[in-house]
Amino acid sequence: MVKQKLVLIGNGMAGVRAIEEVLKINPEGFEITIFGTEPYPNYNRIQLSKVLQGGTSVSDITLNDWEWYEDNKIRFYPGETVTSVNTKNQTVSTDKGRIESYDQLIIATGSNPFMLPLPGADKEGVKAFRNIKDCEEMIEYSKAYKKAAVIGGGLLGLEAARGLLNLGMEVDVIHIFDYLMERQLDKTAGKLLQTELEKQGMNFILQKNTAEITGRKHVTGLKFSDGSRIKADLVVMAVGIKPNVALAQEAGIPVNRGILVNDYLETDIPNVFAVGECAEHRGIAYGLVAPLYQQGQVLAKRLCGVRDKGYQGSVLSTQLKVSGVDVFSAGKINEDESTKVYKMYDDWNGTYKKVLIEDGKIAGAVLFGDTKDGNKLFDFIKKGALIEEYLESSQSANSEVDLVANMSDEEIICGCNGVTKGSIVEAIKVNGLTTVDQVKGCTNASRSCGGCRSLVSDLLACTLGDQYQTDQKEAICGCTTLSRDEVIAEIREKGLTHIREVMNVLEWESDGCSKCKPALNYYLGMIDPLKYQDEHEARYVNERMHANIQKDGTYSVVPRMYGGVTTSDDLRKIADVADKYKVGMIKVTGGQRIDLLGVYKEDLPKIWAELDMPSGSAYSKGLRTVKTCVGESFCRFGTQDSIGMGIRLERKFEGLNTPHKLKMAVSACPRNCAESGIKDVGVVGVEGAWEMYVGGNGGTHLREADLLFKFKTGDELVEMIGAFLQYYRESAKYLERTSAWVERLGIDRIREVLSDELMVKEYNNRIDEALSVVKDPWKEAINNKNLLRDLYQNVKVPVETK
Amino acid sequence: MEKTLRSVFIGEVSELPQKLGKTVIVGNKEIAVFKTENGDIRAIENRCPHKGGVLAEGILSGEYVFCPMHDWKISVKDGKVQAPDVGCVQTFPVEVKDGQVYVLIKE
Repeated sequence: MVKQKLVLIGNGMAGVRAIEEVLKINPEGFEITIFGTEPYPNYNRIQLSKVLQGGTSVSDITLNDWEWYEDNKIRFYPGETVTSVNTKNQTVSTDKGRIESYDQLIIATGSNPFMLPLPGADKEGVKAFRNIKDCEEMIEYSKAYKKAAVIGGGLLGLEAARGLLNLGMEVDVIHIFDYLMERQLDKTAGKLLQTELEKQGMNFILQKNTAEITGRKHVTGLKFSDGSRIKADLVVMAVGIKPNVALAQEAGIPVNRGILVNDYLETDIPNVFAVGECAEHRGIAYGLVAPLYQQGQVLAKRLCGVRDKGYQGSVLSTQLKVSGVDVFSAGKINEDESTKVYKMYDDWNGTYKKVLIEDGKIAGAVLFGDTKDGNKLFDFIKKGALIEEYLESSQSANSEVDLVANMSDEEIICGCNGVTKGSIVEAIKVNGLTTVDQVKGCTNASRSCGGCRSLVSDLLACTLGDQYQTDQKEAICGCTTLSRDEVIAEIREKGLTHIREVMNVLEWESDGCSKCKPALNYYLGMIDPLKYQDEHEARYVNERMHANIQKDGTYSVVPRMYGGVTTSDDLRKIADVADKYKVGMIKVTGGQRIDLLGVYKEDLPKIWAELDMPSGSAYSKGLRTVKTCVGESFCRFGTQDSIGMGIRLERKFEGLNTPHKLKMAVSACPRNCAESGIKDVGVVGVEGAWEMYVGGNGGTHLREADLLFKFKTGDELVEMIGAFLQYYRESAKYLERTSAWVERLGIDRIREVLSDELMVKEYNNRIDEALSVVKDPWKEAINNKNLLRDLYQNVKVPVETK
Repeated sequence: MEKTLRSVFIGEVSELPQKLGKTVIVGNKEIAVFKTENGDIRAIENRCPHKGGVLAEGILSGEYVFCPMHDWKISVKDGKVQAPDVGCVQTFPVEVKDGQVYVLIKE
């Protein structure tokens, strides 16, 4: 059979989705050609706000990569725009002069941002928020300019505003109505949303009509109809979208607001279809993603000759993709004469729920603050369920699972990635999946906004039955199903004393791995510091060798310099050693010490012996250094003896093992020259007191430390640092930095626990016990023949000469 | 010149550290020799196929070593890199006679 030529205009989510559906039904039936104006493969436009927020690249939100087109033998013309359609000869022409004939044509040209025709709208610095290029331009702007104005307080505008805020700009949002997102929310929810976003730093200018964009060549501000003005270096228009119908209209295809289609996505012209945001079905042109996927399925069936009842329109639901804000709405939003209302408003916790009832049936819902009922309500709305059903379902715990059980296989669970219930259930069965994360990895469901996570969990529950555990815990590694807390409880309860015993008794599925063995070694030592025999073979190379391995297999040596203070004698020793062993480089570290790089393994013990200085622990999951500023002894601003305090802390806590590396600093005034704000424990001296900050991080996950307490005396400070460190040692997961740990527990809870004097005493007793067995590892190594042989000596076999 | 296996004495069994690797340098060749938990002795090329990491310094679990550079998991028995990474390292036969360890090397 000769293949039919199928041409798609528009390489966006709706069109490509339709092609995917076609390939599923009849992979060999068509010769497929796709034209796309943007020079990228199909990406997830709903996630543009993530690109704008920075840190996410186009490839991260790509739905179909370049290989997908190749693998499916699709001729793909990226960066090429179709300029005309000849419906008589059945051909399309492009801006590159190409003419392509078709048997079937899909128009999926999407929509354009609606640009208000304001005076000055053509100035530089006026943008839309619609594609990758817009994002890139805005990111560039944020580097050079400070003030942004977003016109439009709807879904798109707020996401753009949040992104610009993240890019470090000051953001004004201008909205014509008296509350935000008026198309999706009622006034109560809109006002709650506004309060929340104001807390995040957004500024709102409501009930203002923009009259003019001011500036010469480049925008400098906005002028409103009441004569007032604001300044702005960047103006983003996010007032709405309109279906992109120009191409269809010129080709003589009937359009209204969108391209008119029937229930089978057919336009009025034979062999021409329209799908997605450019299409208008029963008077509605949809601008959200879920309907597009449903349309794609119907269209694919129609093209492949599969009988279907056709597209019946969609009930919409909305979720705002702004961090820290939970908003949901579906169906009817505002009360009128024919509706009754079920409402709950909790001013204290900032949650709000409204369910609209029409003739006893659920017709719409608005949720703020707590949106976990969203999926359920949305399903009830689509089914036209009675309000009693919802109220009863709130009583029984099983209802969510029943709800997904009753869904049909075609129903979309993940709106962002268009994953149906059927495909998730199949993946669970075929691949034996048991966790939400596995489903995510396998099907993409819940990978984007995460809104459907609970539905995926429910699907797992109803597919696996009793085998599924809802409150999924995090196993410490793939060798076991036990979590950190369970392993520690078992070790304590059963009195386990070494790694092999833990793995045998707790039925490890293998001989351990590079994740669990170092973790178990730490936990066992933390639980019983006095009796536990550290297993150096279970430690990472750096901790086993007490030196940092480099990419070429050489090591680096960092001797300790308490508080970053050194002497001419020590410096001389370091210089002599560096010369004698011809080290590759001498470098000053970020922790105020000196690093000797490029040292051969066999030379390590010799260098340590000649230096005769303690190890700086630059390799350890433990206390590294205490960085200090000059402080009151020399600095004219210094209020406290920061060096003295730094040395005191470093001497007390050196050699301590902790779940991850640990850095401290002491500054003598709020200028913070020792960078106490980004340390695991940062101390800032102020007039007559010490401030103690915790959970800071200057690394991968930059985090500003939280103020924990303020103390009058150094003794109180040192005691609290001891308690804090022991609390962290006992409750953090292995390899969890204090920054993550503080965030997980919450600073308030930590403060509460450490406000208990008795607890502070007990933590100090236990940390003193752990510190009592600390030995300098370099001294230990150079005095132990077995260690020297096992760890530091190579076997050299001379080549025989014949 | 014909290729033969040369038997190279590298030390006593008791001198090899348990559950760890030992770097053995034969001419210009580096070999990682492991004594596993159950007492087997295995010899593989001391070079991870990924970025050349020194496998002798990795964490040994059962019959797998985890490269100290980027945590690739490699069998010390057959030299195969474990999924999701791919590749393999050269292995060398080992003989133990009267508590003495020999590695057989082609020359």
